[in-house]
Formats: sequence, structure tokens, C-alpha cells
Amino acid sequence: MPMPDSYLDYPARRYGMDHDRYDWSDMFQRQPIRWPGGARIALSIVTHVQHFPLDMPAKPFKAPGALSMPYPDFRYFTNRDYGNRLGVFRILRLLSDMGLRGSFAINGCIAARYPAVVRAVVEGGHEVVAHGLDMGKVHHSGLTEADEDAIIAQALRLLRAGSGQAVEGWLSPGRAQGFNTPELLARNGVRWCLDWANDDLPYEMRTAQGPLLAMPLAYETDDRVVASEYFHSEPEWVQQVKDRFDVLYRESAEYGGRVMSVPLHSWVSGMPYRVEYLREALGYMLAHDGVWTAPAGEIATAFAGQE
Amino acid sequence: MTGQPEMQADLGLYDYLPWPGRPKITWPGGKKLAVWIAPNIEFYEYDPPDNPTRTPWGRPNPDVLQYSHRDYGNRAGWQRMMAAMDRAGFRGSVSLNVALCDHHPEIIRACADRGWEFFSHGIYNTRYVYNMTIEQEREIIRDAFDTVRNHTGQELAGWLSPALSNNLWTMDILAEAGIQYTCDMFHDDQPMPVKVASGRLISMPYSLEMNDVIVYNSHKVTPRHYGEIIRRQFDQLYRESDDSGMVMCIPLHPYLVGQPHRIDAFAEAIAYIAGHDGVWQATGREIAAAYHASGAYDAMTAAAAAHAGGAR
Repeated sequence: MPMPDSYLDYPARRYGMDHDRYDWSDMFQRQPIRWPGGARIALSIVTHVQHFPLDMPAKPFKAPGALSMPYPDFRYFTNRDYGNRLGVFRILRLLSDMGLRGSFAINGCIAARYPAVVRAVVEGGHEVVAHGLDMGKVHHSGLTEADEDAIIAQALRLLRAGSGQAVEGWLSPGRAQGFNTPELLARNGVRWCLDWANDDLPYEMRTAQGPLLAMPLAYETDDRVVASEYFHSEPEWVQQVKDRFDVLYRESAEYGGRVMSVPLHSWVSGMPYRVEYLREALGYMLAHDGVWTAPAGEIATAFAGQE
Repeated sequence: MTGQPEMQADLGLYDYLPWPGRPKITWPGGKKLAVWIAPNIEFYEYDPPDNPTRTPWGRPNPDVLQYSHRDYGNRAGWQRMMAAMDRAGFRGSVSLNVALCDHHPEIIRACADRGWEFFSHGIYNTRYVYNMTIEQEREIIRDAFDTVRNHTGQELAGWLSPALSNNLWTMDILAEAGIQYTCDMFHDDQPMPVKVASGRLISMPYSLEMNDVIVYNSHKVTPRHYGEIIRRQFDQLYRESDDSGMVMCIPLHPYLVGQPHRIDAFAEAIAYIAGHDGVWQATGREIAAAYHASGAYDAMTAAAAAHAGGAR
């Protein structure tokens, strides 16, 4: 069957983006950002804490890291759960050793299943970010508005109750959204979101329910992406994190403050053989002057307070 | 007409011509190796229509992670890539999704101000020519010519099909429209004539192996090793070009190479290349023009015919 002639119609071919979520903006032409204390780099460490249900659905797609063996997949169910039993605590201990505070993006169901994890994150002085309900509940446009809203509301309710924090940050499982997800997030009191991978700086998104701040999260130097999609070794991951930092640090001298985001997974960087590589990467960055390490929400607040 | 067109066993677009014994290629100014850099400046749609042969995104629309990853190139990556090329004295030959002229004229202007060439990479990278009629595909080509002419004053010379989608007739209708070179074939390190129904079309060496999207995402190569690969490809071709001029292409995607953890290794590699006297830092259009002007097109055509005619 030939394509219909409508395949040659381009209804959104116009100046700027082909949607109304945000405006195009050249990152090198923006008003320079000034971080607290005159810092050059805001270092945002975001650890994913995840639960992969044994019966997670394959449709319409699986979030990365999903169970992949025939049911019942003992292998990956337990390997991912390792992150909740040991891995997250290993990362927490490292951050405590180094005197660092960061963000923990936690599936809402963890607050019910493993309240000790949320408690330890809060007691460590870290920030809880909502990471959806569980890794089997991906957001997509096939969900009804009511169903998606219920997932978001439940995740936030569990994490807010479990942490005592406001929980105004969001990271979707697999960083997946439907057309309407930003509206539903804003309606549920989410102020900023880590899903979109198009910038190294925060920028404002529009929703029908008010603004939502897009916060950067470096997709391609994510520990899981480098290990499980690129199959690079830990030293190679450390090198890429250092190289990424070096360029952002250099740019900050001319263009203003930058965000260096370090996405981690409790079941990846929380492995015994990996955690010292994380120490090396963090130590390298902290050896530079002008590095301000903070939870993503505090970086969002500092950005919003510019003008 | 019912069903799919019959498949054929060979593209039939070029004659076999072994490397030894070919006519010699000479580049302008006595340069040895033509090096051109082809940034794919692309626009992927937020909510594209499906094509039965290929669905644009892996997830249902909107695939915000992949969409935003591509968009990174147009917000941040292109500036880093362009700065690295400026420092090494390379102009780009832009493989352009021409709708980007409408979406991001600022990027087009920055390229045009530097004397970069624009060639067509279709309208959007999320619209494929699969299942198009020949007339629909001609309309794409007209749109590309008109859009690039209106926004830049340039007359298109080159073509890389959107997302490397092609039909068996594609080369014929490109040549008929006045396209001088195609980047869709990877069979040689020298420009070669393409057998088309009318006009004169050249296959310009582009490269899968140097293409950042292939290197990073298919071959899973680290950013620093990409720099090493580029140098080795260059060193070998530079030596071999003592005998006859060759072409090296580095195809790029600003959303990939323009990431902070990747840009320096790339920048150092192209600065290394630019440091060699025998390098001709060219654009695709310039290489095609020199190929014709030096008589190489006619000489290669004759050599291929002789080879096919029994001199093998």
C-alpha cells in the first residue's frame, strides 16, 4: 500500500518546537546562572531506588532494567532487589563519608515495602524524589487520565507520608511520559521533573496546570546506561564522568553556572566492586573549587530564584 | 498493483572496479586526502505518523526520552561541535532535515555564516521514503530544493536519504532533479559514478564506521576511543593517498558528539587531522566539483566499463 498523501503534510512545521511544552533556546546564549556562594558547578547526584515486580507487564514497553528472563525471573527480580537491601545503603554510606547530600528517586511502592530505605535516605539529610509507583507502571499515552493520575497520586502519597518531605520532584520509570503527564504532575504538586534529556541546565516547561521546571539528568553517563547499554567498564565510566565534568567546569567560566548531574542506580553503583569507582569520580569533581553539591530540588530552587 | 514490489538481488547502481589499477585522482592544490565533515543536523518529530515499514520511536508517541535526547543537539550540542570545527578550520557539509530551516533558523544562519554547505537529509528524520510512490518521493526532493534555496540561497548538490531509507528508484530521481552526489552508499573510499537513468550522479564516500551514531551506539565505543578511531582512519588513508587521492568523511550528530563527555576527544582528533599539510579540508560539493573537473568521473566510468567488458 502506498503512503497516503497526508504523509507529506507537516502540521507542526513552524518556528521553534513542534509542540508547546517549551520554547527553543540556545544553551550558550542564556543569561548566566549564579549558584549560591558563587559556585561554578551544581553537582546533582540522583540515585534511582527501584522495585521491579515479578509480574511486570511487557506492554506497551518495559522500563530499562526490566526483568527479561521467562517467568518467574528469579535472576533479575533478586538482582534488582539487591539494590534495596544493600546497594542503596552502600551509596548512602559513601555519601555520608564524603559529607554529600543528594537526591534519591524512589519508586512509591518502596515506601510501603521497605520503609527503612526511605527512613535512611531522610536521616542522611537527602531528598526524596518520586520515581513513579513501581518499574512495571510506565507512563504512556495509552493510559486513561484517571489511571495515570491515580498512579501519580499514589506514588506521591506514599513517599510524602513515608518521608515527611514535600516531595516536589519527579522522575518517571524509564523517563517515559504520555502527552498529558506534565499536566498531571503539576496538578499533583510536582514542581520539577528529571525526565527530559535535552539540556544541561534547568528550563521551564508549560503545562495546562502551571509551570514545571525541567531539571537535567545526564542520560548518557548514567551508570546503568554506560554499564548495561554501552557495556563499558567501570574505569571507562569514571573517565566519562570526569570528562563531562571538565567540559562543564570549563564552560562555566564563560557562560555561567552549570549543572553536573550524576544518575546512579542502587543496584548498579551499589555493587561492592563498583562503589569505590563512584568515590573516585565524586572525589575528582570535589577536588575542584566552586563545586556545590546539593539535592536537585535545592538546585531547582536556586535556579528559580535567579532573575 | 498488489503487494510489495518484487525484490532484486543487486542494487545495480555501480560497476565493480577493484582498487589496484584505477585511474589516478588528483585534488586541487596538490593535496593528498580530501577530508569532509558531515554534521547531521536533524529534527525528529514529537508526534510523527507511522510508516508501515518503520515506526519512528521505540515507545508510543510521545517518546519523550528519545525525542529530548535528539533535541539536545539543537539546544546545546551543535554549539560545542561547531566550536570544535571552527578551531580546526573545518567547514561542515550539513546533512539537513530541511524542516529545521523552519524550526531553528538560528542554527541555519550560524552554519551559513561560516560558509558551510547544506545537503538534504529529507524533511524530518521521522519521515521515511519507504512505501512512497515515485511522485511522492519527487515531491520530497522538490520540497528540499525549495526550502534550502529559500533559507540559504544554496542550490542543493548532495543527498542523504532520511534515516537512510531508500527506494530502488531513488538514485534515478535524485539525478533527474539535479542532485550531484549521494551519501547513501558505503562501498568505496573514492567517489564513484552511479549508474542512473539520466544525469551524472556520484557516490560520495560517507562512512558508517566513522559515524558517531554507529560508533557510540552500535559499536559501543567509548568517547576517547572514538578519537583514536578517527586518527587511525585518517593516518591510513593519508598514507594511501600518496598514490591517488582518497576521501575521508566524518559524519556527526550534534546530540551525540556534542555531549560534554565526548566533545574534547573529537576536537583533538580533528585538530590532529588539520595539522597535516596534505589535507584538503573540503565540502561535499567541492569534492564533487573537483572530481568532475579533474576528469576522474569520466576516467572511472571508462575504467569500470573496460573492466566489465572483459579486461578483468
